[in-house]
Amino acid sequence: MYVIIAGGGKVGWNLARELIAKGNEVTLIENRRTRYLTIEQELEHAIQYGDATELWVLERAGIQRADLTIAVTGDDEDNLLICQVAKEKYLCERIIARVNNPRNRSWFELLGIAPAVSATDLILRLIEHEVPSYGLVHLLDLRDEQLEIIEVEVGPDSPAAGRAVQEMSLPDGALIISLLRDGRGFVPKANTVIEAGDEVLLVLDPGLEDAITAQFAPGRDAA
Amino acid sequence: MFILIVGAGRVGSSVARTALAAGHTVSVLDEDPLSHERLEVGLDTTWEEAGGRFTVGHGMEVDALTEAGILEADVFIASTDGDNTNLTISQIAQRHYEVEKVIVRVMDPARAAWYQQQGLHTICPTQHAIEMFTSALGAIA
Repeated sequence: MYVIIAGGGKVGWNLARELIAKGNEVTLIENRRTRYLTIEQELEHAIQYGDATELWVLERAGIQRADLTIAVTGDDEDNLLICQVAKEKYLCERIIARVNNPRNRSWFELLGIAPAVSATDLILRLIEHEVPSYGLVHLLDLRDEQLEIIEVEVGPDSPAAGRAVQEMSLPDGALIISLLRDGRGFVPKANTVIEAGDEVLLVLDPGLEDAITAQFAPGRDAA
Repeated sequence: MFILIVGAGRVGSSVARTALAAGHTVSVLDEDPLSHERLEVGLDTTWEEAGGRFTVGHGMEVDALTEAGILEADVFIASTDGDNTNLTISQIAQRHYEVEKVIVRVMDPARAAWYQQQGLHTICPTQHAIEMFTSALGAIA
């Protein structure tokens, strides 16, 4: 696979290194002279100097034959436009953009730049995962398929504890796909009883999080 | 008409003054509070007394755009000193806020041409300079 990476910061440089190690052909584009010279000592021909928002720089890097374009500069506008041009002008089928400021995520969506990856959001999800009292954890968004996969931990005072799967009055468009108990996962049957301490994985249509939270969080049952 | 200008540099501030003098409602958004001074160059009064509006903030921020009046704007002008910021916010104005007329300054001629084809009204000072130099050169040589 031929991959173009715009931005030779920590993310870009390490991505380039990993992708090359996995046997891919990579061109990293970096516009800061000193940074370019540093990385060039290691990556040699796999890095080019220039501003990846300029069309001729992308063309020199061979954007026309790129299988994947990754924009990971520290500037959201740059990342957005690099991906937009790669996708719409050079018809690069796969793009990935980094979102530096999570507030800008909606603009990436508006302009059709997906997936947009935000390190801040990822760390926030890790925090949610590591701090169980936080409630519901988003594990995966399947945007094209319009589905989400979430995880909920069942606390001792959760209304779901002690109820069988079939007794749960989940909204349409929500389905329990597995239970994690004592470190093991299994697919529940209709009569499987949910216990305190279980982690429940659900697949949802978007927008059902609040209804699910009401089913699992204490004190918010049927509220 | 209600004209919202993002970026009060030399170009943006001059366009703002001219549009205000022509009787339009003009609102200016800029990150730098000091850029307000540039709006008052050549005016006898303050920018606000002359009828203008000024908001401090970035053109990607929803709150700043709302305060600057993007919901009422008939014309959106992106004239910050960054091409990529201009192109991004003008597309936001066009697609999200559905502003009727969107004009964007792009210094890079290649991208100005491409985004023009994609339906943005682009102004490229570099391209104008190239053409004027070329025709001046043609007149001499």
